[in-house]
Amino acid sequence: MIAGIETEILVITASILRLATPLILAAIGGLFAERAGVADLGLEGKMLAAAFTAASISAVTGSAITGLAAAIIVATLLSMLHFIATVWKQGDQIVSGMAINILAAGLVPTLAYALFPLGGQTPPLTDDGRLLDLSLPFSHWASSTGFIGQFYASVLGGQSILIYVAFLAAPAATAVLYRTGWGLRLRAAGENPQAVASAGLDVVRLRLQGLIMNGVFLGLAGGYLSLAANAGYSRNMTAGKGYLAIAALILGRWKPWPTLGACLLFAAADALQGRLQGIVFPALGVIPVPWITALPYIVTVIVLAIAGRGQSMPKALGLPYVKA
Amino acid sequence: MSSPAALELIGIEKSFGSIHANRGISIKFAAGSIHGLIGENGAGKSTLMSIVFGMQQPDVGAIRIDGRTVDFPTPKAAITAGIGMVHQHFMLIDRCTVLENLLLGTENNFALGKALAYGRKRMAELAREYGLALPPDTRVRDLSIGERQSVEILKALYRDARILILDEPTSVLNAEQKERLFAILRTLRDAGKTVIFVSHKLSEIIALTDHVAVLRQGRMVGETATAETDEAALATIMIGGHVDLGRIGGAAEPGEILLEANGIAVCNPQGERKIDNLDLTLRRGEIVAIAGLAGSGQSELLQALAGILPIDRGRMSWRGQAMDLRNWRAKSLRALGIAHVPDEPRRFGLVADFSAAESAILGYHDCKPAARHGLLNPRAILADCNAAMNDFDVRPRRPDIRTGAMSGGNQQKLLLAREMRRDPELLLIGEPTQGVDIGAVAAIQARLADMRARGKGVLLVTSDLDQIRALADRILVMNSGAIVGELSPDQATDRELGLMMGGVTTKSRAQISG
Repeated sequence: MIAGIETEILVITASILRLATPLILAAIGGLFAERAGVADLGLEGKMLAAAFTAASISAVTGSAITGLAAAIIVATLLSMLHFIATVWKQGDQIVSGMAINILAAGLVPTLAYALFPLGGQTPPLTDDGRLLDLSLPFSHWASSTGFIGQFYASVLGGQSILIYVAFLAAPAATAVLYRTGWGLRLRAAGENPQAVASAGLDVVRLRLQGLIMNGVFLGLAGGYLSLAANAGYSRNMTAGKGYLAIAALILGRWKPWPTLGACLLFAAADALQGRLQGIVFPALGVIPVPWITALPYIVTVIVLAIAGRGQSMPKALGLPYVKA
Repeated sequence: MSSPAALELIGIEKSFGSIHANRGISIKFAAGSIHGLIGENGAGKSTLMSIVFGMQQPDVGAIRIDGRTVDFPTPKAAITAGIGMVHQHFMLIDRCTVLENLLLGTENNFALGKALAYGRKRMAELAREYGLALPPDTRVRDLSIGERQSVEILKALYRDARILILDEPTSVLNAEQKERLFAILRTLRDAGKTVIFVSHKLSEIIALTDHVAVLRQGRMVGETATAETDEAALATIMIGGHVDLGRIGGAAEPGEILLEANGIAVCNPQGERKIDNLDLTLRRGEIVAIAGLAGSGQSELLQALAGILPIDRGRMSWRGQAMDLRNWRAKSLRALGIAHVPDEPRRFGLVADFSAAESAILGYHDCKPAARHGLLNPRAILADCNAAMNDFDVRPRRPDIRTGAMSGGNQQKLLLAREMRRDPELLLIGEPTQGVDIGAVAAIQARLADMRARGKGVLLVTSDLDQIRALADRILVMNSGAIVGELSPDQATDRELGLMMGGVTTKSRAQISG
């Protein structure tokens, strides 16, 4: 048990990073839509559709990259559906987002049953069809040199490439939003679209661009679930992660770094519940498993109740832009 | 003029559905001068200016800049041609800094850094040239209203605007901020810019502009050098000539005070303050009319008194009894005997998808005859609607017809029937005869006069000045959310009303001449 504590730390930290990755990718995707003023409740549905697409295409072609590309295309197409409904046709953004979730929740299992005779799953992927973990240089040597070395080899390294992408997404999104002209325009479109229009810019195009970014990130998020975290698609494998990503976005006040932090918080609650099951607590004994599995959701509710929405929400979020 | 006008509009026509907003407007704006564009709300000023700024396209007509015909499909095209617009509602991103707001749309580089540096330099230049200094890194939400407006002006100058349009720029400013704005605009004029100042405030037009054009109902009805006109002449042109209808009904016999408002303040649902510190007394046996240019707060006053918009400050009393502002709600007012016919019946009065019979009991649906033992009584509702339709000559006489399928005039009559048949003590009524045919107008006006004769109170909010003169015993004139004066019907000439509605009060005129 002496080495146990250290191992425990390594295992939990690595697991937090893995669990946070789909949340971060989805939340940053949501951020690009919502900072442009388009509320997106459809993260869950897009992620699910992307996860299924990635696994299916990868199973058929044997190429993980092809699967991932297909996932990005499908998620972006769903974003375009959201674009047509909400920006072009000025429909209700909440309704359209939920419609995408319902569409994916119904269509994906149906297609899974129809295409693969496996009771709603995709065929298990071989290593070629998966996005394998990268090992950092000298990992083998480092893992034998104690805690720091093991941290290097099995937490910083030994992870899927998409984990690095997710953690680079926050600084990249910050740079794009706050250090480029396009970012300024995108933020402005989410705050006061009339002002953007009166500055001679095209609000509809900006929101389209925001939604394309959104689709790309949700494709990555779904692809991570079925190609990296698992070896194939299984039923309802998003399990509410899309909604959790929305919660993280709200908690992160629609800013990349705080959103990343919120994703890590939710992931930590999730990782802990996995480790706490069956552990005997002093005085409490064994806490019933349902209570422990509810932990991430309890954390979400408490945190959101405290943080709320408030002033930091993009001002024009959820409002269709109607040309004056 | 030897050189062509900086901006020339030729025969601009624009319709939105059945509304003819601009009817063949032709006008020239010379460089190096300030032009006033004056008219009531709805006269077509804003439409005309949004055409000049490329936000709308004219149905017919041409725009010339320095003698060259141009076409503005988008604001971008207008901006490129040197037109800048300061909107009434600022087009600013509150959460961004002043500098970011200036840059928005002009930063061509991928990375913002270079654009920010250039913008900072330009801001310093503009500050030197026009005396418009603002802190570049302050967020717009931390600026005062006056400063925000300066950001808007800077935005236009930053884009090298030669023609600057300001849409109702003073509506949000206090007196000191207004003087500063005027000084800035004079500086811009002296620098050779063309300034177009859109307003409905006569005093500002006289004080600031070199030329003035008047719009009424989408037409250009007057154009002159400002030095050759005065407020009274402009007022008369602006509201147009009216015919005397003669008085309807007998004289007022003011009795018991029904409703008294002291220092009340009201915001519209967007949170903008529309009425501040307003006093009002309504008595039995008189018809009190509220006159004002559209958007002066009379609509909000009507809604506040009727318990639709909350009154956030002040005191209200009903027949001498002080009332709790929190209980000043439509439902409790109805129990007191206050009835309300809103000025926008389709929004507030009726439900288009309900049957006429259902619309005719809204608000009275929980008392007799509509309800019995807490349940609706369909037979009684139909009978009541039939009686109401006969009484007020509502056509067709079919209680089952969809409300929305009736003509506007008949909807209005149904609404009047609903509110007046309950014999209220006080009737609050907005635009009672809008969209109603001429025969029905006389009938409705006679009913209002009859209420007065029976010792009831009436508050009449209408844009129809003839109707006001024909019915009202006292005329209260509103401007910018306050009552600026009271006239008796025989004092209420077009000239006098026009001046007051334009914000020129007897008191301020006495100050000018004294």
